Amino acid sequence: MKAFYKPETGGILALAAIIAVLPIFLPNSFYFDVAILVGINAIVCVGLNLLIGYAGQISLGHAGFFAIGAYFSGILVGTYEWPPVAAMLIGALFVGLLSYLLAKPIMKLRGHYLAMGTLGMGIVISIVLNQEGELTGGPDGMPVMGFSVFGWEPGSELTWYWLIGGLLLIAVWLALNLINSPVGRALRAVHGSEVAASVAGVDVARYKVLVFVVSAVFASVAGSLFAHYSGFLTPSEADFFHSIELVTMVVLGGMASVFGAVVGAAVLTTLPQLLTVFHDYEMLVFGASLMVTMIFMRRGLVPTLQSLFSRRLK
Amino acid sequence: MTLLRVENLNMVFGGIHAVENLDFKIKSGTIHSIIGPNGAGKTTLFNLITSVYRATTGRIFFDDQDITEVSTYALAEHGISRTFQNLQIFFNMSAVENVMVGNHRKTDSRFLPALFGLPSIRQGERDCRQRAEQLMCDIGLERYIGSDADSMPYGALKWLEIARALASQPRMLLLDEPAAGLNPSETHEIDDLIKRIADMGITVVLVEHDMKLVMGVSDHILVLDSGRKLAEGTAEEIRQNPDVLEAYLGHRQRAR
Repeated sequence: MKAFYKPETGGILALAAIIAVLPIFLPNSFYFDVAILVGINAIVCVGLNLLIGYAGQISLGHAGFFAIGAYFSGILVGTYEWPPVAAMLIGALFVGLLSYLLAKPIMKLRGHYLAMGTLGMGIVISIVLNQEGELTGGPDGMPVMGFSVFGWEPGSELTWYWLIGGLLLIAVWLALNLINSPVGRALRAVHGSEVAASVAGVDVARYKVLVFVVSAVFASVAGSLFAHYSGFLTPSEADFFHSIELVTMVVLGGMASVFGAVVGAAVLTTLPQLLTVFHDYEMLVFGASLMVTMIFMRRGLVPTLQSLFSRRLK
Repeated sequence: MTLLRVENLNMVFGGIHAVENLDFKIKSGTIHSIIGPNGAGKTTLFNLITSVYRATTGRIFFDDQDITEVSTYALAEHGISRTFQNLQIFFNMSAVENVMVGNHRKTDSRFLPALFGLPSIRQGERDCRQRAEQLMCDIGLERYIGSDADSMPYGALKWLEIARALASQPRMLLLDEPAAGLNPSETHEIDDLIKRIADMGITVVLVEHDMKLVMGVSDHILVLDSGRKLAEGTAEEIRQNPDVLEAYLGHRQRAR
């Protein structure tokens, strides 16, 4: 057994336990709906955290990749009658290539300039989805067929819940593997000091492009799942506010913490849904939570609580 | 044997000639110091050798290979490593992880095996950590093996940077002001460490303002002034060179 033990195994088991037990406490399909959206957002955030939290690079345009994945599924399955899994994979492959080509020039930028570059990228994707009405239905949106794998269809909310829960666990597992490897260490080194990383033999430009592509592919897959689950897409999935939401989730939950990304997604997806009184003030809740976190817990929820507990235990 | 050969090197920033027509050689297995007043171009020279800057003109050869155009990260493969005048520590990591990064080119950093957490990657990580801990013990940092880099004192961080540079098993190590900001007893320890590094067969290139340290350890000294070579030779030769005295103490005419 010892050979299988890794320090992060405990975290995965805890997350699996939470996912397994949670349905008992969900009274009706509305709550399942929220839980499924949490899972989808969490998959995006786990990927985005590799870019923002670990490699220290910002993206204000990742909703664009989410939306491209979603529209690939919508269009290929609906219009061209592809099997959903194939559409999802092709969408992810396309997003991988696109993000690779974009990252080559964009990831040379730093700080504010990188934020501006990725912001522009997201806006262009959003405009294309709005304008290509023939394909995407334009601003009116488009309906999306249901999901299926070799004839199996997640019909009920509960089966969707298990599907998304399982995929989230896989996403977390992959991200943890990456972080606890020389690749992850190189990414964090890029965050710490680019010049020192390159002197140590880390090809900084290559790692920046790599992590950008990985995070984009996570977003694309989540976007495909979202498309099938919600059954309807509009270009607003690609808009700037959605990108900001995703970044907020990562920062709130905790930079450079995989479980932090999950917690951030859970908190910021659940809050506006459960506290319906806030509905008109959703933006305000996001903005305020980001400000409060930045002032009182600069490292985000999970890392702050972690160090609090480990200090107590000592 | 010549390990590093710099030929007619020039670096121009805007109108400023930071390095001008510089030629010199560094013999393998020696401790070679580069001294000069502030702004003489010492750190610029390090940045040129490690490709952090691209030379305006001129060539740099390492072990008879032209490395002028080789990227910084690829120089680790050639066996060149360095430390920095202003610390460049990965403060988002533990001390051991800092040293482990130094070993990057020897670790298996293929993407897919890492993504799926293959056993070979995990075994490699354990070995890499063990080597890093061993190196920290060797260099006298065993107290900080469990520490985060951001909780370490300044002096220890200087050692940590050297440990990280040594982790890449360089053939030539460039030390940019290792004694800056250290107290006399710490400087004395740096003195010992530099000699130990040289004994390992690593060629040391030292930029330093502490003359006692420089004169004590150097086999060969290169003096720069305003980007140009002012003098070159052993510690004794440099001490008696009138040009060097003039650069450091001022022109004789001014005394009149």
